Amino acid sequence: MIRNIALSTAAALTLAVSGMAVNAAETAHVEIEDVAFPFEGPFGKFDRNQLQRGLQVYTEVCSACHGLKFVPIRTLADEGGPQLPEDQVRAYAANLSVNDEASNPKLIDPETGSARTLVPADNFPANHSAGAPDLSLMAKARAGFHGPYGLGISQLFRGIGGPEYIHAILTGYTGEEKEEAGSVFYENHAFSTGWIKMPPPLSDDQVTYADGTAATVDQMSMDVSAFLMWTAEPHMMNRKETGFKAVLFLIIFASLLYLTNKRIWAGVKGKKIA
Amino acid sequence: MAGIPHDHYEPKSSGEQWLHKRLPIVGLLYDTIMIPTPKNLNYMWIWGIVLTFCLALQIITGIVLVMHYTPHADLAFASVEHIMRDVNGGYMIRYLHANGASLFFVAVYLHIFRGLYYGSYKAPREVTWIIGMLIYLMMMGTAFMGYVLPWGQMSFWGATVITGLFGAIPGIGPGIQTWLLGGPAVDNATLNRFFSLHYLLPFVIAGLVALHIWAFHTTGNNNPTGVEVRRGSKEEAARDTLPFWPYYIIKDLFALAVILAVFFAVVSFMPNYLGHPDNYIEANPLATPAHIVPEWYFLPFYAILRAFTADVLVVQITQFVTFGIVDAKFFGVLAMFGAIAVMALAPWLDTSSVRSGRYRPMFKWWFALLAIDFVVLMWVGSQTPTVFTAWVSLIASYYWFAYFLIILPLLGVIEKPLPIPATIEDDFNAHYSPQGGAKTVAAE
Repeated sequence: MIRNIALSTAAALTLAVSGMAVNAAETAHVEIEDVAFPFEGPFGKFDRNQLQRGLQVYTEVCSACHGLKFVPIRTLADEGGPQLPEDQVRAYAANLSVNDEASNPKLIDPETGSARTLVPADNFPANHSAGAPDLSLMAKARAGFHGPYGLGISQLFRGIGGPEYIHAILTGYTGEEKEEAGSVFYENHAFSTGWIKMPPPLSDDQVTYADGTAATVDQMSMDVSAFLMWTAEPHMMNRKETGFKAVLFLIIFASLLYLTNKRIWAGVKGKKIA
Repeated sequence: MAGIPHDHYEPKSSGEQWLHKRLPIVGLLYDTIMIPTPKNLNYMWIWGIVLTFCLALQIITGIVLVMHYTPHADLAFASVEHIMRDVNGGYMIRYLHANGASLFFVAVYLHIFRGLYYGSYKAPREVTWIIGMLIYLMMMGTAFMGYVLPWGQMSFWGATVITGLFGAIPGIGPGIQTWLLGGPAVDNATLNRFFSLHYLLPFVIAGLVALHIWAFHTTGNNNPTGVEVRRGSKEEAARDTLPFWPYYIIKDLFALAVILAVFFAVVSFMPNYLGHPDNYIEANPLATPAHIVPEWYFLPFYAILRAFTADVLVVQITQFVTFGIVDAKFFGVLAMFGAIAVMALAPWLDTSSVRSGRYRPMFKWWFALLAIDFVVLMWVGSQTPTVFTAWVSLIASYYWFAYFLIILPLLGVIEKPLPIPATIEDDFNAHYSPQGGAKTVAAE
């Protein structure tokens, strides 16, 4: 019987694993360096301070061009996120400016015709003015790596590499630039074509962290990547917790069923002889 | 209802008798649950329960998702994000539904290959097999349309590519494609009809599942020996079988719990493992993704579709013979659907008088090769086409057809099968030492 289970499991795994090669076809042209983020792996957790620092980098730097249109501002107060106190969330919303009024019809006051004061119930404003992509889901929309051998199993412990991809882009500038068809492109060895339209957004000490962390480009990129993982998957910690309970329960339940099954069949099935 | 002779439900109390005279539903349930089942079933016979569970899981999670989802091209993507962020437990429901489709297909492929190895498709179970194939086709249709609903980039472009297949049919193709899409291209009309059908088809599948179960409850289950249960008398049948409850229900539940532990680990710790990152980008008709790849469970047939390019000799000959009506694109479409059709015809293509692969020394190897072939096709379907993958997919596709159209009919003639046990009981006693005088646990 154990042999049969092993065979069935092996067959199931083969099926699942070969399917995983889907993502392998998408292998990026560039090596994305793995970053050991605290939220990876089945027991990984978001670091609240890091999310708050990332929020600061997003607000002071990225939000000039990039929106977060799927993220409700109120979720900044949620457990398992940056977890700002409620008054801070309210103040944050009120200070948030709308750079691209055309993309945010809900945030426009019909009487004045310009953006009204934002409240926590609003989403972060959309921003399509500079042609920059929305960042709400960016950490899930890019896959940095699919190892080992393109099977993607490593994501159980390292994630799919989305935050790593963002980190690699932000730190991948070489300083070279070129002009083509009226647009300036910046050389970036993490970008698929090697040349990206986004100017290098970060420089050392661009923001001043309240917790005294040194604001190097590497540090800021890591913080904002972690923050964007949270915007993409705000309930990640709940999900892992639920999963842990579910798997534990199922293992116990399966053990009990195994014993029940053995007992029931005991009268019918003797020792296996051939 | 014909079937293996066994005890039937006898209403005892006056209330039971009253109901039984008017609606014998308790009797129906009793007969279904107490059905005599061959006592030698192995762990490849658990996938039916897993599949039934998957169908229920998909319908229940699906109905809850529909409560929060908006089938409109401008709102669908945002409504999915609403489910992921604002709906209580919505992220779990959606990830269960998305990964549930994958579990469904893992189980159905193992279920089908079980049937192919043990000859479950052979007389008298052809109708069960054909209904099963119909269920499988409907599952593919349902899964494909479901993948379109989140309205991400892969949803949109996958829908464009797959509906484009129908456009390859000569003459009526473009008309069919427009009819399927509800317009010249994938748009809101497409999303709406796919949503409608995605909700409808699972209930059609549920109906077909009832027929599938009814059919094999009439013929009786196949079993690893392929030897039929003796039906001469109740006593004779009882020596080959055990009642489904509790023997198989508990065994199947045990297997299901093990599988679900793995399933929940995937859902909770790597829920996007089987998805494509591009589907987290909202559909954009103006930006084609670098590679459009179908979900993993379509890959073997996608590989067959892509294998027959215009430079393949068979395609060129067909094109010449049909005066160009069957071109490379249409040939690929025919091959893809043909690959499923030949599988459905297995009951009539297999000429061997022996049912189970266990007693077929040559068949075993060809079957193993078919299983490998399936995995190879799946792998090659995921690859960006190169000269090497073109050859691999062509050879693998040829083998798929050769297995059903040449090897199965031929083996029945040239193969010398091993001796078959006279009864299930004989086989069972040959494998397990008798214990407690073969007493059975009385059903409660």
